[in-house]
Amino acid sequence: MKTLLLTMLGVLALPARAEPLVVAAASDLTYSIGELADAFRKQAPGVELKTSLGSSGNFFAQIKNGAPFHVFLSADMMYPQRLAAEGAADGATLTTYAIGRLALWTLDPRFDLRQGMAVFRDARLARVAIANPQVAPYGMAARAALQHHGVWDAVSGKLVLGENIAQTAQFVQTGNAQVGVVSYATVLAPRLKGVGSYYLVPQAGLAPIEQGAILTARGKGHPAAARFMQFLHSPTARAILQRHGFGLPPAKHA
Amino acid sequence: MLDWSFPPGLWEAIGLTLKLAAVSSLALLAIGIPLAHWLTSSRMRGVIVAETLVSLPIVLPPTVIGFYLLVLMSPGQPVGAAWVHVFGQPLPFSFTGLVIGSIIYSLPFAVQPIQAAFRAVRPEMVQTALALGLTRRQVFWSIILPLSKNGVLAGASLSFAHTMGEFGVVLMLGGNIEGQTRVASIALYDEAQQLHYDTAHAYALVLLAISFLILITIAVLQRRQHRMLLGA
Repeated sequence: MKTLLLTMLGVLALPARAEPLVVAAASDLTYSIGELADAFRKQAPGVELKTSLGSSGNFFAQIKNGAPFHVFLSADMMYPQRLAAEGAADGATLTTYAIGRLALWTLDPRFDLRQGMAVFRDARLARVAIANPQVAPYGMAARAALQHHGVWDAVSGKLVLGENIAQTAQFVQTGNAQVGVVSYATVLAPRLKGVGSYYLVPQAGLAPIEQGAILTARGKGHPAAARFMQFLHSPTARAILQRHGFGLPPAKHA
Repeated sequence: MLDWSFPPGLWEAIGLTLKLAAVSSLALLAIGIPLAHWLTSSRMRGVIVAETLVSLPIVLPPTVIGFYLLVLMSPGQPVGAAWVHVFGQPLPFSFTGLVIGSIIYSLPFAVQPIQAAFRAVRPEMVQTALALGLTRRQVFWSIILPLSKNGVLAGASLSFAHTMGEFGVVLMLGGNIEGQTRVASIALYDEAQQLHYDTAHAYALVLLAISFLILITIAVLQRRQHRMLLGA
């Protein structure tokens, strides 16, 4: 009886001993998080790593309410900053790990994207997809870019709003929107490479889409979480992010 | 905790939601009554398959319906191209698109109560009416349908309430266009994403109140019908 009880206690204790490291990743990391995770597993073979993809706003609400994420890779700086202000994350650990880039994307051969933002003056455009500027960092950036190039008024009646950048890409991919303002990471994704044509929106005159990583309050207690944060700034991780279309913050020298 | 205020877009989104629910449940009555009648009276072999298809949206995630419609209706696909050819407008990102999605999404909620009511009509009555020389059509309109009034009402109100709460179909298919496809559930989601929990509360509360009113109306109707049956 005693042995049985001890065994049962042992089984119960098992998951606590090897608690997996859980990373919440913004949906613009859809195509790179797998590679990042694999590279980290190679460096830290003893750590069980799990990743979740979703919108930064959802992760914010979940982490605030005690969701079991240790590291939060947001698509902006605002959500992690707010988490830190509310005491749900450690503000001292907040760093910029990547800088998002915008791209125009179309599958419709009638639209020549080499003309850049001028494509939005094309009267044949029926639907333009952007991420929701109210909730998605890429949506905010897309609106700023359209305004900066003076085409916001021309397109505002044609906009369809994706919940996040992945859904925005889906609207374009299914051909339901003729042109989309998506992330550069989307058009470089292995499944989409060479599909349709894209145009990289110039950064000049626009605020960079800085993406923040932060340790959650729960993550501070996880032995491998800080290691993952360091890994994000390693040459390996930076190379992966760059290959997937992200700009990089200045390198940190330890 | 319950610190809420009415945001400016609230009544527009609620109005759009009510309109979507009203149009969809009216369309569902037009489809559901003949469909339920056919399902209950048909002796065809394939009827069980048709019945299963009708029930499918109960277990199907609404995102599946939204996703298939988005893909099927894209101008690059034959169905989508044909649609644009006939109606001049693509289906996704339009109110019509949401109505079609909602009809599929709420179909079983309209058909099943109507079917149950049709089944409850005593076959002897139908036989007698036929023996007295009424046509099948006359029997349906003058006997079966009036006797099933409460089932039809329940089907209409349930599909109305179910469409009100729709989220997945509009999320996949809607494109979040203000005044056209931004229904209350999507607006609520947006507010919550923006951390405007006070305005999210307002949306949630109004939706809750409307759903409660609809369901209590159905319950009252059903109780009245029950009492009528007992009295008879």
